[in-house]
Amino acid sequence: MNLQQTEPSITRKDDSQEKQKRMIAGHFDRLACAQETGQKVVYTFVPGNLTELIGALGMLPVLPEINALQSGMRGKSAGYIAEAEKAGHSEDVCTYVKCDIGMLKSGNIGPTGTRLPPPDLLLLSYTGCFTFLKWFELLREEYKCPVVMLHVPYQPDGHITDEMRTYVVNQLRTEVIPTMERIAGRTLDEDVLKQWLDRSRLAEDDLVAVWESARHRPSPIDGYFGGVYYIGPIFSAFRGTDAAVDYYRSLRLEIEERIARGEGPMTPDGPATRERYRLVIEGPPNWTSFHDFWRMFSREGATVVASTYTRVGGLYDTGFRHDSARPLESLAEYCLGCYTNLGLPSRIALLERYIRDYQADGFIINSVKSCNSFSAGQLLILRELERRTGVPGGFIESDLVDPRYFGKANIENRLQSYLQMLDANLQRRSA
Amino acid sequence: MNTVHDTPGRSDDPAAPLLARAQTLVTDLSLSSVHAWKTQHPDGLIVGYMPIYIPRPLLEALGCLPVSLFGGGDQVDIIKGDSYFQSYICHIPRSTIELLQSHRYDVLDAVLFPSICDVIRNLSGMWKLLHPQQLAEYVDLPQNFSPDIGGRFYRLEMQRIASALTSRGARPLTDDALREACARENVRRAAIRDMDAIRARQPWRIAASEAYLIIRAGGVLDTVEHTELIRAFTAAVAERKPRIYDNVRVIVVGSFCEQPPIDLIRTLEKAGCDILDDDFQLGLRLIEGDIDTSPNQDPLSALAAAFIDHGAATASRYIADCEKGAALVHKVRTLGADGVIFAAASFCDPALLDQPMLEAALDRADIPYTAFKFSENTGQFQVIREQAGAFSDSVKLWGKVA
Repeated sequence: MNLQQTEPSITRKDDSQEKQKRMIAGHFDRLACAQETGQKVVYTFVPGNLTELIGALGMLPVLPEINALQSGMRGKSAGYIAEAEKAGHSEDVCTYVKCDIGMLKSGNIGPTGTRLPPPDLLLLSYTGCFTFLKWFELLREEYKCPVVMLHVPYQPDGHITDEMRTYVVNQLRTEVIPTMERIAGRTLDEDVLKQWLDRSRLAEDDLVAVWESARHRPSPIDGYFGGVYYIGPIFSAFRGTDAAVDYYRSLRLEIEERIARGEGPMTPDGPATRERYRLVIEGPPNWTSFHDFWRMFSREGATVVASTYTRVGGLYDTGFRHDSARPLESLAEYCLGCYTNLGLPSRIALLERYIRDYQADGFIINSVKSCNSFSAGQLLILRELERRTGVPGGFIESDLVDPRYFGKANIENRLQSYLQMLDANLQRRSA
Repeated sequence: MNTVHDTPGRSDDPAAPLLARAQTLVTDLSLSSVHAWKTQHPDGLIVGYMPIYIPRPLLEALGCLPVSLFGGGDQVDIIKGDSYFQSYICHIPRSTIELLQSHRYDVLDAVLFPSICDVIRNLSGMWKLLHPQQLAEYVDLPQNFSPDIGGRFYRLEMQRIASALTSRGARPLTDDALREACARENVRRAAIRDMDAIRARQPWRIAASEAYLIIRAGGVLDTVEHTELIRAFTAAVAERKPRIYDNVRVIVVGSFCEQPPIDLIRTLEKAGCDILDDDFQLGLRLIEGDIDTSPNQDPLSALAAAFIDHGAATASRYIADCEKGAALVHKVRTLGADGVIFAAASFCDPALLDQPMLEAALDRADIPYTAFKFSENTGQFQVIREQAGAFSDSVKLWGKVA
């Protein structure tokens, strides 16, 4: 099957998908009128986001990666990237950054068509990605607004030391929170923060149940393409809100009902009718041709049972939960534990666990040009995983939001060759 | 702009033997001098480290020889290295892996990976997997510059590294040994400052390509030996006879990790540029000023404070309070440079993401600049020569780029 034309995005959606779309649109509506309502706006990043703190201080978060990926999905990123490159940004660097800068230079119209408010504060949660640091230096040049840095140490050996935790907590206590209080014009009420953290925990429990549902055969979820919708609320503006608790509870029920009916996940073409391959995917998706990319898998009966991209904003299925009994410590541990903040050996161990726990037939690495944090070392990950699990891996290359790097025919050819090889393996095994 | 030049490297040049020695040390990928050090110090550890900065006095206080690792430059055919990295990753990790996999780094007992970018960070994990017998440690340099927070964290980070090395056989850390190592480093820094001052004032005496070799040679020498080399070189160039050239005075920025081929630096010189300052070997110049070695001062805290309070502005260091590019503009003014050349390695995130902000600062200050990219194994210099030559001519004719 060779898709030459871009097909309609999605023919049918889950209730949860419609719901999260409404939630996110509502957030952009709130942002659009933030200057009238007087709500302060904090730009920050998905990994290591401090949504509970932002919310407890009555402020609204803006996540530039989300804006960039939404621009990619809506076909606007190419123009924004061109705008940034014309302004002197190198073709070699992260396209999320260039998309964001280009969007800003084009009037800062957000994904839903409303103008995004400028930041009152740039909260630079420097977690798992060096580019974040430069990104907010660049935005500071544009917006001339205050910045507060939270340096989150890397976890090279896969465990959090007391020194790391103390370093982050000290920054939160003495620099981040006082700056946020000054911008918000109010003092942080610790009881309010604890309520936010308790609600986060409830949503996180339900999200983990959703991820683990993929152990069923057929899997009731697609843990990558479908998964990016599931993480929308919790990775963006909603962690710690009642809306997130409600969303994840209803999502879990939706999935449980699907399990009871023996159904597979929803795909862009409607409910999956067969599960031929169970795959694990490492790396972010391509956003400019997201649905075409998804169809390359779903039309071949390939379901993604687990993915690492869906853990960049929080790695809950290894046991972490926000904890109101240790508010700052648990916020620190959350930041420290995001997937891309883990050393390569830990990332490989996690992928190995996913392959085994979810009984994957194979794994795919989608290596994106923009993201060295993910991509550097992925070819070694490929070899190590094959060696440890005996499960074959596939390697494809694309980009986050630069359509110039999505070679549809190449990717599809490579994927189909991989799936044919997988098919032969599976037939040999069952013979 | 009228400057005078001798012909560096001529047979009657008094500095020629020193430059030849430095060149041998820099280009010797078999690390013969490091092997020799190991033979002379059988109880000492060899600790490799990636760019930019590692607190070398800490390593010397532990009885270790710090060895800077800058990949294979243009000397190595990349075969194995390319199979580990996609086309859009910079070049230095490829040649580093090539050298690792071809056993050129077997002499190393440990390798340190300072936080600079995601590629070097992930390379630390790759090293752990590929060579588990060597100690491979990521060193998280703080991006918080409060002494009580970032300084404290960094002090603990250095203690962690010291413990890890001691567990591999390094000498236990003592205050006296560290204080002495810091004092030696201060002497080296003074020697480098003196050499840099001559180069900035009288670029005809010291070409950037020569300064580069002399400083980079320190990556495989202990501090005392390196200081002697710098001092000897500085003394030797004092005897050089001037010749007149009409060059522009420039600063080169962006090559702090992956290194340009030496011929690329020479190409810029041939194109009419006196390079007064650069960040090629930033690691040995990163601390601006002395480390406090007073007897009543905890030396580990002093070493941390040197980084926190006196670390040079560079792309991998978060600039909290100052205007971006202010340090570069200040340097241009202080040295009396005519312009800036941005020379970043292809796909170098820190340098390339930083560059638009630095360019904006130069625009505001009405300082001309030009930019190109390179790889450590770049072999074609003609285009760069033409670009640098056009830049040089333009600055000479109009004072800025037309």
